[in-house]
Amino acid sequence: MTERIVIVGGGTGGTVLANRLTDDLTAEIDAGEVEITLVNDTPEQTYKPVFLYVAFGRKELAEARRPIADLIDTDRVNLLVDRVTALDTGAKRLSLEDGGGIGYDQLVLATGANLAPEEVPGLVEGGHHFYGPEGAEELRDALAGFEAGHLVLSVIGVPHMCPAAPVEFVLMADAWFRERGLREDVEITYTYPIQRAHGIQSVADWATDLFEERDINLETFFNPEAIDPGTKVIETMEGESLEYDLLVAIPPHAGSGLVTEAGLGDDGWVAVDRHTLEATAEGADGVYAIGDVADVPTSKAGSVAHYEAGTVAERIASRVRGQVPTATFDGKTICFIESGMDEATFVEFGYGDQPVVREPSKLLHWGKLAYNESYWLTARGLL
Amino acid sequence: MSEAIQPDVTIDSRGATCPGPLMDLIGKVKKADAGTVLELRTTDSSSSHDVPEWVEKAGHELLDVVEHDEEGYWSIYIEKTE
Repeated sequence: MTERIVIVGGGTGGTVLANRLTDDLTAEIDAGEVEITLVNDTPEQTYKPVFLYVAFGRKELAEARRPIADLIDTDRVNLLVDRVTALDTGAKRLSLEDGGGIGYDQLVLATGANLAPEEVPGLVEGGHHFYGPEGAEELRDALAGFEAGHLVLSVIGVPHMCPAAPVEFVLMADAWFRERGLREDVEITYTYPIQRAHGIQSVADWATDLFEERDINLETFFNPEAIDPGTKVIETMEGESLEYDLLVAIPPHAGSGLVTEAGLGDDGWVAVDRHTLEATAEGADGVYAIGDVADVPTSKAGSVAHYEAGTVAERIASRVRGQVPTATFDGKTICFIESGMDEATFVEFGYGDQPVVREPSKLLHWGKLAYNESYWLTARGLL
Repeated sequence: MSEAIQPDVTIDSRGATCPGPLMDLIGKVKKADAGTVLELRTTDSSSSHDVPEWVEKAGHELLDVVEHDEEGYWSIYIEKTE
């Protein structure tokens, strides 16, 4: 009998997983013992880290997109461009928007995170962001015309994708306005929901020192609950108000409605065992989650999706072979962090670790850009 | 006393390092109605200071902090106000 493995989501996690599985199970796939299907609602993958550079006019959106068919072995993986509308973990079946459905024996949810700016009244009208393609282009145009005033970067959504990006944005903005001789006319403020500048203490300490050195204001315990686009004022849960001229927000994020409706987790994030990445909901046998949609205590970052995909590929391959799966995920996360327009640093950590923030350098900045260029090798399972 | 608190929402942040238990709590409080009682479970010792500090600043009510010695975690109970 053929073992049916279905992956929902063709982002970093989904494509790395498909490639790891085709590598690990080549013989079984060619013998017809295993069938792999990857479902994605668009034919392209978008590499989101490019958006940060789009906002500063340093990259174009076209550099962020590739056809998924170019990233996976379509001789061994069925690529289905469709939207999954329902998941029945009891019947082990997915319903598709275009009609019909597909059954699975092992299912991996890699549906990512979605933006939900509408959760904060006034944010859609009053704020910009760089967490999506249109938003990044609109912000690029707004920044290009912004020559004086108060630029506020506000981290509103928690959890959010790429936890380093907000810090990177203000450090890059500072350098960018200095390069253009405008910094004296632009006040920059960074706001964060908790009592420090970042969720990770060592990154918070590092960023706080840099903010002070570079004249970037820091507001903590700052949780916007409404934006007035007319008066350009942010109102917070803590009862504070802050005026802005240009607001760049990290919008609230949401998981997948599919996940909530299937009873796999709250707020659309899949409740999983943090080491095996298997869904913990009762009756959800054979369901895994990787990437942003998996509710694990580390960053929603591409590197996490990448390493989780490796763990899940090994666990699935073990099960296919009738072995007991032993591969586990230890929370490994790697982030490059830009600290200006031509310098960057780098952190690496696992569950419970406190990363060391290295001295920023041009070399690490080039390393980040080089990785972004070579990312497509990662998606193809080669790097 | 604390054993009697029946939370409407339980947030299990045990083992969380980033973005941190407090951020998990803030996210839930944002979506909760006034009067909702939330329990935050955390293994991060700093939460026992950070969470009460934020709760006070945001004007919510800290109901209790219970240390579960054997299991190695804290339960922090708060009630969302208007």
